Amino acid sequence: MQKTSDIGELQAIAKRVRQHIVTMICAAKSGHPGGSLSAVETLVTLYFDVMRHDPANPTWPERDRFILSKGHAAPVLYSVFAEAGYTPIDSLNTLRSLGSIYQGHPDRRYIPALEASTGSLGVGLSLGLGMAEAARLDNSPTRVYVVLGDGEIQEGQIWEAAMYGAFHKVDNICAIVDYNRIQLDGFVKDIMELEPLADKWRAFGWNTLEVDGHDFAALQKAFAEAAATKGKPTVLIAHTIKGKGVSFMENNPKFHGVAPTKEELEKALQEIGA
Amino acid sequence: MSVKEKFELKMGAATREAFGKALVELGREDSNVVVCDADLSKSTFTHLFGKEFPKRFFSCGIAEADMISIGAGLASSGKIAFVASFSAFVLNKGFEQLRVNVAYAQVPLRVVGTHSGISIGEDGPSQMSVEDISLACSLAGFTVLSPADEVATFALVKAAAYHPGPVFIRAGRLKVPVIYTAGQKFEIGKANTLIEGKDLTFITTGLLVAESIRAAEILEAEGISAGVIDIHTIKPLDKAAIAAAARSTGCLVVAEEHFTDSGLGVKVAQAVCETHPCIMEFHGIGNYYAESGTPEDLLTKYKMTAKDLAVTARKALARKK
Ligand SMILES: Cc1ncc(C[n+]2csc(CCOP(=O)(O)OP(=O)(O)O)c2C)c(N)n1
Ligand SMILES: [Mg+2]
Repeated sequence: MQKTSDIGELQAIAKRVRQHIVTMICAAKSGHPGGSLSAVETLVTLYFDVMRHDPANPTWPERDRFILSKGHAAPVLYSVFAEAGYTPIDSLNTLRSLGSIYQGHPDRRYIPALEASTGSLGVGLSLGLGMAEAARLDNSPTRVYVVLGDGEIQEGQIWEAAMYGAFHKVDNICAIVDYNRIQLDGFVKDIMELEPLADKWRAFGWNTLEVDGHDFAALQKAFAEAAATKGKPTVLIAHTIKGKGVSFMENNPKFHGVAPTKEELEKALQEIGA
Repeated sequence: MSVKEKFELKMGAATREAFGKALVELGREDSNVVVCDADLSKSTFTHLFGKEFPKRFFSCGIAEADMISIGAGLASSGKIAFVASFSAFVLNKGFEQLRVNVAYAQVPLRVVGTHSGISIGEDGPSQMSVEDISLACSLAGFTVLSPADEVATFALVKAAAYHPGPVFIRAGRLKVPVIYTAGQKFEIGKANTLIEGKDLTFITTGLLVAESIRAAEILEAEGISAGVIDIHTIKPLDKAAIAAAARSTGCLVVAEEHFTDSGLGVKVAQAVCETHPCIMEFHGIGNYYAESGTPEDLLTKYKMTAKDLAVTARKALARKK
């Protein structure tokens, strides 16, 4: 796998990842396109530029760790895994079918290179803290990255973890909130408003950075700042658009958990390819 | 009358949908009925209630534990309170709250877990509830209901609203065949004997009731008379009905979409040991997590079909001889 900081190259990877996402979810006839598409730039930046990892040596003890706490966005993780060479590209379309390594939610029994089996929201940040603490005990340079949904952080455990991270000065963890403002049943503001979100994280003692979650340069800068911040954990509030890249999915709560039809897929691929 | 003549098993609504409709009817009849949701209202069908009674519908966000305690607060203030989510989330995330704020405190909260079992399909094990019967039954003072079709669900949800003490209702995602005729009466705690058997009896619940009826039909063609008892109330268990089946057929097959080592089977076994020991087989899911797949593929692979039940029944009968 070739790592790169070149924004044009990252954009090209992101385009392929988006194509995989809509294609595999259409093939599966179920799945979560919206929250997969909103997290594309975050995962591509991490796996192709920022994180220290090696698909040829997935058990390398000093690798960085990644947890997709919002496990329903599995298609973005699978697409990035396949592009990075961890898993085959040609079977992405077996998503969610019996025997597929591409289970409905990330499943370590099928893909050992996954750091966590997720799907029940709210637990990933705590899990990441444990990995970060283990790394510090081992004097390992490992950094831990945890992607959270905005709806997901309504779970109380997230805020228990937030307190822990700041109190114990866990500075080798970086949480990313995919702030796409939509959850399962509709808009976050109508279900359980999170604002003022940045103030909340700051009050909990986190180095809090707000970024455009679709801007590679901004993400690169924020991850560098996170790595340079000592004595406190960092959270990136990534302002994103749910369904990003496909006009009829963008900002549309319907596409939280509904697969595109064949016709919709054609349209989506055209728009992504353009 | 043959099994085939007696049960048409036409496809009906999912039990989660029947639950949502029963809630709306309850809401119309009684302004004291309130509902809490944790961002799954469209999946649990509580959105029907929310739409008609927005003031009595409490959106808790994705925070199941909080929802349980909020529901307990409503229930202990005289409201007829329902809380609902996927069974896996409402029980596993909210267990401490269920134990302390509801069971221990003897608060009559109505807890509904939809998407039980492996038949949810593609979402996979993180959302599959295969230990919920065990968890719910271990809560002291809880009544645990597990309806098999839309008729049973509608009736039991309505009965649960006014039942003394806390109640857990287990519902499913899939559309399921209709077993009961409209208007059928259900008594909480009293099992329904759907078919009287001579050779063996299926003791079953939820999704596997219809499959047990179909298995009885398969066995009937082989000259085997299999009975079917629908345990729509798992707690308190109708020990008298189970003892009667043990006495009359001497052979029981317990069938459930749940871990066999902690579900209905072990509770039936206890009742049988206490009353009339007989040959028993346990048909369900072993102590492992399944996988993603279409519901049909999963039910086939994990042996949740009538054919598989017939195999287990023959095994039980072979032991009887
Ligand atoms: C504990 C738990 N409760 C409920 C669900 C069902 N669920 C799946 S996705 C989702 C909404 C998530 O919204 P968000 O975190 O904003 O994700 P995104 O917008 O990135 O897709 C819900 C409620 C779950 N998976 N886990
Ligand atoms: Mg969201």
